[in-house]
Amino acid sequence: MTQSQLTDLPENKLPTSNDVPAYEGTTERKDNWWVEPALIAFVFTAFGIYSMFRAFENNLYEVGPYLSPFYSPNLKQYVPWFPLSPAFLILWIPLSFRATCYYYRKAYYRSYFLHPPACTVGMFKGKGYTGEQSFPFVLQNLHRYAFYFAVPVLLILWVDAFNTVYYGGAFHMSVLTVVMFANCILLSGYTFGCHACRHLVGGKEDCFSCPKNEQKLKPAFQAWQLVTKFNERHQQWAWTSLISVALTDLYIRYTCVDPSLAFQIF
Amino acid sequence: MTEYETREHDVLVIGAGGAGLRAAIEASGQGVSVGLVCKSLLGKAHTVMAEGGVAAALANVDPKDGWETHFKDTMNGGKMLNHWRMAQLHAQEAPDRVKELERWGAVFDRTKDGKILQRAFGGHTWKRLCHVGDRTGLEMIRTLQDRGVHQGIEVYMECTITELVKDGDKIAGAFGYYREDGRYILFKAKAIVLATGGTGKAYTITSNSWEYTGDGHGLAYDAGAELIDMEFIQFHPTGMVWPPGVRGILVTEGVRGEGGILRNSLGERFMFKYLPEATRNDYAADEAEAVTWVNAALAGNRTEARRPPELSTRDNVARAIYTEVKEGRGSPHGGVFLDISYQDSDRVKKKLPSMYHQFKDLADVDITAGPMEVGPTMHYTMGGIRVEAETQMSRVPGLFAAGECSGGMHGANRLGGNSLSDLVVFGKRAGAAAADYAKAMPTSLKIDDKFVNAAIAEMEEFFLRKEGKNPYDVHKELNKIMGTYVGIFREESELAIGVAKLEELKAEIKKAGAKGSKAFNPGWHMCRDLRNMMICSEAIARSALSRKESRGAHSRLDFPNTEKEWGTKNSACSKDENGNMKLEHTPLPEMPQDLKEIFVKKEPVNA
Amino acid sequence: MPESSGTGRQATLKVYRGTKDKGEFQSYKVPVEAGMVVLDAIHYIQQNFDPELAVRWNCKAAKCGSCSAEVNGMPSLMCKSRMDQFKDDEDICVQPLKTFPIIKDLVTDVSWNYEVNKKITPFSPAPDADWTIYQEDIERVQEFRKCIECFLCQNVCHVLRDHERKDNFMGPRFMVRVAGLEMHPLDEANRLKYLKDEGHIGYCNITKCCTEVCPEDIHITDNAIIPLKERVVDEFYDPLGKFIRNLLGGGKKTKASVQPVSITPSK
Repeated sequence: MTQSQLTDLPENKLPTSNDVPAYEGTTERKDNWWVEPALIAFVFTAFGIYSMFRAFENNLYEVGPYLSPFYSPNLKQYVPWFPLSPAFLILWIPLSFRATCYYYRKAYYRSYFLHPPACTVGMFKGKGYTGEQSFPFVLQNLHRYAFYFAVPVLLILWVDAFNTVYYGGAFHMSVLTVVMFANCILLSGYTFGCHACRHLVGGKEDCFSCPKNEQKLKPAFQAWQLVTKFNERHQQWAWTSLISVALTDLYIRYTCVDPSLAFQIF
Repeated sequence: MTEYETREHDVLVIGAGGAGLRAAIEASGQGVSVGLVCKSLLGKAHTVMAEGGVAAALANVDPKDGWETHFKDTMNGGKMLNHWRMAQLHAQEAPDRVKELERWGAVFDRTKDGKILQRAFGGHTWKRLCHVGDRTGLEMIRTLQDRGVHQGIEVYMECTITELVKDGDKIAGAFGYYREDGRYILFKAKAIVLATGGTGKAYTITSNSWEYTGDGHGLAYDAGAELIDMEFIQFHPTGMVWPPGVRGILVTEGVRGEGGILRNSLGERFMFKYLPEATRNDYAADEAEAVTWVNAALAGNRTEARRPPELSTRDNVARAIYTEVKEGRGSPHGGVFLDISYQDSDRVKKKLPSMYHQFKDLADVDITAGPMEVGPTMHYTMGGIRVEAETQMSRVPGLFAAGECSGGMHGANRLGGNSLSDLVVFGKRAGAAAADYAKAMPTSLKIDDKFVNAAIAEMEEFFLRKEGKNPYDVHKELNKIMGTYVGIFREESELAIGVAKLEELKAEIKKAGAKGSKAFNPGWHMCRDLRNMMICSEAIARSALSRKESRGAHSRLDFPNTEKEWGTKNSACSKDENGNMKLEHTPLPEMPQDLKEIFVKKEPVNA
Repeated sequence: MPESSGTGRQATLKVYRGTKDKGEFQSYKVPVEAGMVVLDAIHYIQQNFDPELAVRWNCKAAKCGSCSAEVNGMPSLMCKSRMDQFKDDEDICVQPLKTFPIIKDLVTDVSWNYEVNKKITPFSPAPDADWTIYQEDIERVQEFRKCIECFLCQNVCHVLRDHERKDNFMGPRFMVRVAGLEMHPLDEANRLKYLKDEGHIGYCNITKCCTEVCPEDIHITDNAIIPLKERVVDEFYDPLGKFIRNLLGGGKKTKASVQPVSITPSK
């Protein structure tokens, strides 16, 4: 890596962090800073194991009008030659969307990579660090492409939810339908609060109301404001939607075993 | 022989607040080499504490505004003791200086039609203060700082000047030390601009930071300049009073500008009682009219209603609060109540964000839910180095002064918002004049070694006082004298005691000593700062004792009236040949006829 | 100080005394008053026990950003750290910033930050700009301009703190500054290449500690860094998007590249 023109200071004039003696350990923090990253690591791991189990299970994902979000859209009929569970045809989309998500990046850099596990806790030192500037993490910059793929998948989940309302020529309602709609709402809040989305709908502009723009950017401004509202709670949307997807799938799995569990209302 | 570093510049600016930075930018823009010395890190100067706004008659909100009205307000606020030419230049040039800040990247709050928004402030006839929420000073200093770093100005951070050095009668340089390691430095300079601010640290309860030790006043006085109007110390009416750790910290006048109401412990809106006869007609007659004004202001509409009595001038509001407390109608912690909580809480948070956080974090008070407790706090030194209006040069050739450390602009009382505009208007003028002066001087000046040696000896001596007094104790003593005998209300006998006690304290200052090394040693720094504070305190006390009338910020219990003959005199302190303080009363420059007429004309409405 | 305001409590402060090479924690007992903050306690020590104790401070109202330190391991402004947040028997540990070299006691050498600032292309409006600006267009920029340069974000950032990338990484403070310039409605300069290749915005892995410690509540990561990262993506990592934008002609305006103002190097 070439020396950048960040400052005019020669290499030997660059300041270095203090080592001794005030900072002997990794941190001077006295609170339980490790609880949060540990908890996050635990939940991520649990979700990962569960979703892998469900993807490999290749069963108990569709009953009546209900289709599990892990298997939607079901592409099996289009690629019958595909040897694995059809979940794999689709799961990479939400997975890559979440893996490159700015919130999840923070969470797993802290919990898994310990870079850093918590503020002022210096587990790793060393000058080689380049973060997201080089491979593989430079790929995080493709987040917006993951977003482009995630939007149609989300739309299909909405269609799935509506399909449970009108089937067999009549309207129906069940607890499971309500759960599926709730899941769609949470996923939408998460997807449309995405930082890349916020940038694309309007954040990239510098001036919405400048006289030279002649009101052309008013809609962009409004969209940007709306997305910003969701974006402010991106972390909460990320967690609730993650859990709701798993729970919706779990619910459908049990409904596959015992259809009465859908709790038909009418 | 102790070693020291030598640097040479055409213009040396001492102080890197608004005035210093503006002067440095101007001078370096004229192509001379500029050094900028600051006692703190760059961008930390006291200008960041200025909250309410910068006064400039842009007439964006009230189209009837113009420089004449601003000039008139300033002179009336200063009780006609201002240097008329400075007040005129200030009113005329402030709008351009504000627009210039915007061109340099300052981001002011906007009106609905996309212009710079202006708010009401005490003593200003029209809504005149351009602002950024309640952090206008920060915006200004950051804008100037970022402008300055790209102009090749050499900045000497955390460096204190202890002596100005002359060659004959002309300024030739300055001597000082780096706070970091106590290393000495000599600056050779053809012109020096002082922009060191005021002397708030002479008082215990003050909105000023540790830097405010009257350095520029002290340095200029020692170099032969005059200090004028030193008796006029502005006590800002609203400082925090509780908890003790934050006592004196400023509560912006913007709170009142946005409609804040002052009440005593009986719930009375007492300011109606304290409006001086002369300006009573400029203010609302009753609560109903004040409410109409606030509602119109909130809605961004114009109104014929007059402004609330809380927007009277600062000297007046401070005296009112002091009197209410003294007469037993104060709040639990010895202040009065300032209430903005009747307004929509989101709006308050948006317009006064740092006030909201300041009270929430430091005092556990939610200003959107209940009133604040406030009381007077030492805020501003109206007096200062006497300078020539156009060039800001003092009577010492090559020595310029701008901003709070210069005198004359604000007269007996400064209007809120006139300080930030003062900084940029006269900062620019001083910078330009200093550059011109330096350019006109062909040869470099000589600095005699004996000055440098004496300056070094002075700083080294503090370490030789082995059984020296703790400088902080001496400082506390000084504060006590100033607070007790030279406070808001003054009278002959007390001032005389104050002067005598200060005289005694001079001996104590000579005993203050430092321990340890020269590396970042605040005790050592304090030893030297005491000398400047003493010069200012003495000038304040002596000038106050001599002015036998009440005018603006100077309130004499034994002389409660404003006297016509005192209105033509400035008190001027200078050092006589024996090194003692000499006090003279010099005639105020006469205002030309065309300006006098401004005061005769009747304002159309709302005046 | 008024007697009535005392709480009768004594706090124990462990304050770092020394230089970058040598030093130790020294304990002081300080009486606690109502509403007291750590900076008050430090001043008490200075005035009563040790005038030599070095500390940087100015406004004491969280407006100047001078009194940055680490209190019980958390980077914070001492003037904002209330004493009543600590338990009665708790030692309060006060130490200087870790990321910048200690000069003495609680004072560190933060001059590197000023060097970084010098290299950022300044505000560059068009000469014929229309200065009609609406509030909604500057609110975003105003948030960034709240920054008081306390450098707590620079201190906590692990890229500077632990990985010592002061050779190549500008740090959160200057991403906030660049965001304030890039998103200014009338600025015409383009700092995206600078962000990527000089400031190395890519080093930031958005772990948000800067946001956590910001005393001005600036949403550094969400509102400054991430939007800048997305703008860098527009320019350098999104060939498809760029192709389409070029095809359509309009879309995002391409800003004229303005040459940075020349800077006299410091001697």
